[in-house]
Amino acid sequence: MRYYAYYPGCSMEATGAPVEKAIHAIAKPLDIELMELEDWTCCGSSPFSGVDKVKAMAITARVLAQAEKTGLDLVTPCSSCYTILREANQLMKEDHKLAWQVHEALVSVGLSYNGTVNIRHIVEVIYNDVGLEALAAKVNRPLTGLKVACYHGCQQVRPDYGFDDSELPDWLDRMAKSLGAEPVYFPLKARCCGSSLVISETDMAVDLIHKLLQNAQENGAQCIVSTTCPLCHTALDAYQSKVNSKFKTKYNLPVLAISQFIAIALGLDFKASALEYNIVSPRKLLAPYFSGKASLAKAESAT
Amino acid sequence: MNNGHTAFLNEVASIPACDKINECVQCGVCSGSCTTAEHWEYTPRKIIAMVRAGMKDEVLNSNSIWYCVSCYLCNARCPRDIKPANIMHALEAIALKGGYKPPTKTTTMYRSFARSIEKNGRIYEFGFMLEYFLKTNPFAALKMLPLALSLLTHKRMPLLPKVVKGTDQLNKMFHNITTGGSR
Repeated sequence: MRYYAYYPGCSMEATGAPVEKAIHAIAKPLDIELMELEDWTCCGSSPFSGVDKVKAMAITARVLAQAEKTGLDLVTPCSSCYTILREANQLMKEDHKLAWQVHEALVSVGLSYNGTVNIRHIVEVIYNDVGLEALAAKVNRPLTGLKVACYHGCQQVRPDYGFDDSELPDWLDRMAKSLGAEPVYFPLKARCCGSSLVISETDMAVDLIHKLLQNAQENGAQCIVSTTCPLCHTALDAYQSKVNSKFKTKYNLPVLAISQFIAIALGLDFKASALEYNIVSPRKLLAPYFSGKASLAKAESAT
Repeated sequence: MNNGHTAFLNEVASIPACDKINECVQCGVCSGSCTTAEHWEYTPRKIIAMVRAGMKDEVLNSNSIWYCVSCYLCNARCPRDIKPANIMHALEAIALKGGYKPPTKTTTMYRSFARSIEKNGRIYEFGFMLEYFLKTNPFAALKMLPLALSLLTHKRMPLLPKVVKGTDQLNKMFHNITTGGSR
């Protein structure tokens, strides 16, 4: 069993429910224990740092101070939180004036931060710590024959973290493959879904989401397997109806977070894989896998 | 160079992660890579040139920087590593602090977002969106109703905020910052 400090981020309590519930469902089978930080607050977030940089840094530092006490790596599934936490961690090392202001604020509530926390994305943890071989060995319900477009999004890979490629990453593709699925060619896999401005510039974000759906469908994907970022997942899943009404299209592409996709492959049922929370229902697409007919067909074709 | 020109440039260059702005060679890779460049009044490359030319009011009164979606393609590709996305966000902060009123609704969204954090410690998605729509265009909220309802029926839009105990600590920390710390 591997232990991690866990920071879900605000969206996971609302729009990110399908991603988050599936993460908790797969943690134990993958031998990872996610210990949620007590009484965590917002990560600081880019809108807040636009309004007040120092206060935003102080919020981030409070999260990091709590994580430091655990002595564990801090894992987050939200790509936006991941970027914010990493940037702040770096900034406090480089900007001494800012670091001092933040330190004073932390001390005023009896906290301190020494800059030692290692911040990690849950996709990276599954890829590197669990590993594809171990993942494949745990598959009880192979997703054989399912054509998927793997959407990594922006902030899982950018600004360049030096792990996966920053423009054409393939970790999700490799994971989907190890679960039996067939990743399709998907050149827009790390292009932006526009979710950071989806509230104030809805029209612009809907254009970006449209391009992603179009690119996935054109290349023969039956569904999208997305990163664990709740913003990416909500943009592609919940805003699909907005795309359809703006562009007179009929997209009906289920969007499964990689956590849900792993849950299905591990053999968890529809409910435990948190699939009831998806707005574009994956029920029909996945029916052959849940009824066992897909693996039956595979066994027959193999003999 | 006169003082007015360099004052704005120096202000931007003194912000963490924006200190390499002087090394920009105006190659335009940022504008060519930008996800939303078609919407910008001045493209990212132009904005950087304008900051260096001291065109403070033109930069901060334009809608341009507010279209940055933080996709970081410009940062990943910039051959001089000047971090254009970080510069755009730094300019947003300068515009808000300086009381500029650029033609965008994103400033209101940022403020509603920040207020939600200060009040609840976490983002209360339903409340923050409601406040934003009431302040900008309540009729736009009607257009969002079907989406909000589908999120609600899929148990993805709690109607009440979750106020965490950490909020008290946050407020104490904010107080410490606004009053200039213990010294």
